[in-house]
Amino acid sequence: MTNRTGRRTAIIGGVRTPFVKAGTSFRNLTALDLGKLVVSELVQRCELKPREIDQIVFGTVIPSVQMPNIAREVGLATGLPKEIEAYTVVRACATSLQALTTAADAISAGEIDCAIVGGSEAMSDVPITYSRPVAQAIVTASRGKTVVDKIRAFSDVSPRDLLPVPPAIAEYSTGLSMGESAEKMAKENGISREAQDAFAHRSHTKAAKAWDEGTFSKEVMRVLLPPGFEEAVVEDNVVRKDSTLEGYAKLKPVFDRKYGSITAGNSSPLTDGAAALLVMSEDKARALGMRPLGYLREYAYAAVDPNWQLLQAPAFSVPKVLRRAGMKLADLDLVEIHEAFAAQVLSNLQAFASKQFADEHLGGAEPIGEVPDGKLNPNGGSISLGHPFAATGARLVHQALRELAARNGNSALISICAAGGLGGACILTRE
Amino acid sequence: MDRLEELSRKKPVVAAIHGPALGGGLELALACASRIASDDRRTQLGQPEVQLGVIPGAGGTQRLPRLIGIAQALDLILTGKSVRAGKARKLGLVDEVVPKAILLDVARKRAAALAGGRPAPKRSPLVPEKLQEVALEDNPIGRRFLFHEARKSIRKKTRGHYPAPEKALEAVRIGIEEGPEAGYRAEAERFGELVVGDVARHLVEIFFATQELKKDTGVDDPSVKPARVEKIGMLGAGLMGAGIAYVSVEAGIPVRLKDRDDASLGRGLRQIAGILDERVKRKRLTFRDGEEKLALVSGTTDYSGFKSCDVVIEAVFEDLGVKQTTLKEVEREAPAVIFASNTSSIPIGRIAEAAQRPEKVVGMHFFSPVDKMPLLEVIRAKSTDAQTVATVVAIGKRIGKTVIVVNDGPGFYTSRILGPYLNEASYLILEGAAVDEIDSALVDFGFPVGPLQLLDEVGIDVGSKVAHIMQGAFGDRMRPPEGFERIAASGRLGRKAKKGFYKYEGVQKGEKTVDETVYELLPGGVRRGSIPREEIVERCVLQMVNEAAYSGAKFHDRSRSAR
Ligand SMILES: CC(C)(COP(=O)(O)OP(=O)(O)OC[C@H]1O[C@@H](n2cnc3c(N)ncnc32)[C@H](O)[C@@H]1OP(=O)(O)O)[C@@H](O)C(=O)NCCC(=O)NCCS
Repeated sequence: MTNRTGRRTAIIGGVRTPFVKAGTSFRNLTALDLGKLVVSELVQRCELKPREIDQIVFGTVIPSVQMPNIAREVGLATGLPKEIEAYTVVRACATSLQALTTAADAISAGEIDCAIVGGSEAMSDVPITYSRPVAQAIVTASRGKTVVDKIRAFSDVSPRDLLPVPPAIAEYSTGLSMGESAEKMAKENGISREAQDAFAHRSHTKAAKAWDEGTFSKEVMRVLLPPGFEEAVVEDNVVRKDSTLEGYAKLKPVFDRKYGSITAGNSSPLTDGAAALLVMSEDKARALGMRPLGYLREYAYAAVDPNWQLLQAPAFSVPKVLRRAGMKLADLDLVEIHEAFAAQVLSNLQAFASKQFADEHLGGAEPIGEVPDGKLNPNGGSISLGHPFAATGARLVHQALRELAARNGNSALISICAAGGLGGACILTRE
Repeated sequence: MDRLEELSRKKPVVAAIHGPALGGGLELALACASRIASDDRRTQLGQPEVQLGVIPGAGGTQRLPRLIGIAQALDLILTGKSVRAGKARKLGLVDEVVPKAILLDVARKRAAALAGGRPAPKRSPLVPEKLQEVALEDNPIGRRFLFHEARKSIRKKTRGHYPAPEKALEAVRIGIEEGPEAGYRAEAERFGELVVGDVARHLVEIFFATQELKKDTGVDDPSVKPARVEKIGMLGAGLMGAGIAYVSVEAGIPVRLKDRDDASLGRGLRQIAGILDERVKRKRLTFRDGEEKLALVSGTTDYSGFKSCDVVIEAVFEDLGVKQTTLKEVEREAPAVIFASNTSSIPIGRIAEAAQRPEKVVGMHFFSPVDKMPLLEVIRAKSTDAQTVATVVAIGKRIGKTVIVVNDGPGFYTSRILGPYLNEASYLILEGAAVDEIDSALVDFGFPVGPLQLLDEVGIDVGSKVAHIMQGAFGDRMRPPEGFERIAASGRLGRKAKKGFYKYEGVQKGEKTVDETVYELLPGGVRRGSIPREEIVERCVLQMVNEAAYSGAKFHDRSRSAR
């Protein structure tokens, strides 16, 4: 990416924890614990002197009330120099992509030379809150002067209100859960249950093969679980090594039990994990003698009305990023699409190729075309590897750069759909 | 001091304390009408005199007990330990603890208030456990009991070698029982006696030597500066490796810890976390500090993170081949680092033979348990360059060790002088002396533990191995007794095998019972003869002294070692 100072952002290295189903291996860890592990390991693997770091941009989608600026806490808790400034970004499932592009802007503007970007998610440690009436009563009571005041504050609270409220992965604006929105897309875009199951099966099969072949050995760290350090978590535990198509067919739809097609098998699971990247200006990387994995060439974000098709914004952000980069789909050696649901990936792909979609939504531009199967998510995706919301962007970037090197290609496209009807995309190059 | 105290009654003098107020400094403050301390970490209060073989000589033994109570005062005076401001406030030693920025202001206001006739604020209210103490101190029988107990515990600790604590106790007792005048006189007399005595003279010498050592860079050329150390690579997460990693992160130096598998690595991390947890429990560290220090160590089973280390310390298996292979790996993975070996017996020069950059190879001999043992022996091989020595010496000081620099050679310095001493103890056993007889004779002489207990701790097999290496290097004067290998060969390796000269199973923690079955392996069997204690002591100690003299002849810097 070149503007202002014209400095490109080099991606020096990355690492992620294994991604595990919520409530399993990482159930006792917080987002801070996971972030700390991954950032510490990243600095080690990149053989970086911590004093070279200027900034940490980090995020978590389900935030903790105790640490609204998790990026700062991660820096401090990792024992990095306290002079490294830090702030937190959130863009739902595109959070760590946002962290990357924000840092890249700062590098391009000449504001910083080196940053750690990433995200972590501890779905096992979500904050449980009280209902509105209880919360209001507590606040009123805390202001009350006498005991009677304090008790009176609770007089409007009904027993029902006392039930704690877990955070919903539902849209605040539409009230629909992600799954329900994906269900709506499957129906409106005519994505069959069979196509979804086949895609999920493809995802698991490719991920299992990649794990078997050691593809992830440079990307995934081993975690010795504190406090005992006895158990080592070394692999993603979402991926099914024995995935069969028939297995998917048996599953019941979860979001629309009667007419639905979205099941636990063809959705991404609730996942714990963290991922981070080290980025630098190209000249800084050269000065330190670092060999970058690749560069951020361009990025773009877009949004759609959440009431329309919540996870269809990639159909806008992807053409936008290609246009900005002056590239065509055919110029790319690799396409990595975040898999929230098989129905969403298939909807996105359908829109990319559709003349009708381009006529209706893109002002009659040429559709960007079909993504060849051989270039798409060759090592699995969020359905099979898991999806810790804030970590997925950094995972995709790192995984894509490693895969580019493996297939000796030069450019990759990354696309992420996110809650709120948002979409983010970027183009990475090795040269 | 008396005049100050006198003056303070008419015109209040308030002590504002920031930084160390130890010894005379604290005594001066005690004579004031009130004491205010800063909350700075550097602020420390104590009466360390006994550590130099003397007792407080300016009224400390009199004013301190009257201010904070006999038991608490004895705890400070008899041990010489110092306390931080917060603790001093709890003890009633200071009246208030405030930030340094307003220290003088508060002290001035306090003086003005006292001059205006307002009394100093009441000290912290009596808590139940304190009540018991007060009850004890307020009646003569209770006091007698207290002094008796204190004397008993002193005797147990000093074994009659250090007169100062007992003299301090006497001065305190006389002051309490016979009044201040008698007390001050008793204090002055005893101080006078002690200060010209041998013990004090030697302790003061050691003190100055240690101070001198703290300034020593370890190299003779003053233009040589230690390299900046921002990360240490630690190879081996065993007892030693984890111990070294712990002292490093405790001092704020990040550590990359490597071992061959997750299980070994996990054990090492657990050991480090365990020591930190313990320190948090004992309130030496806050929970957050503990977490932050733990975050400074990260584990790995490959060499990632080593290239950016400044120094790599190895604590892998004690075998020349293994050490050399490790050295070659490190040179390949991390070309610029200093390689320090924590060997206890292999000459550094031999290890360095495998090196491409032997000038960066040095010895750092730590002692177990690393977090408790203060000594670090830095070994300079012929090929080691000065900056390498200066760098590891600087690390040693940062982690709070007493660092000595010695020339390379079998056993270096410590193991070399220990060798003949341990051998002699072994000869004594074969001649029929009992294990506990030997150990207690030498503990009475002044060693913290006896030679056979030491062998149990180090490992009897390790001891045998080192003994043979030393014999090979120095000839017959280092020859271990024949038949002694049988002990290790039978699987009796010391504490680590829970089987040694002493019992480790079926005994209470802290209790020492000789495992009589060890005698079955030795001539003479269970029936032990008796060798006079003086003979035991002289034979063992003189062996050590002799060897020190031998090694001194070739010591790299005689002026330094002689100091
Ligand atoms: C879909 C969802 C509700 C499923 O949750 P869940 O019921 O806890 O899912 P599970 O993993 O327990 O799977 C349910 C069952 O399906 C089975 N299953 C899942 N995938 C399967 C497969 N590929 N083949 C065979 N069986 C499968 C499981 O084994 C399990 O069987 P069991 O009940 O006999 O143990 C949850 O994963 C979800 O909410 N995902 C969406 C996350 C989201 O919205 N992300 C945001 C995207 S931007």
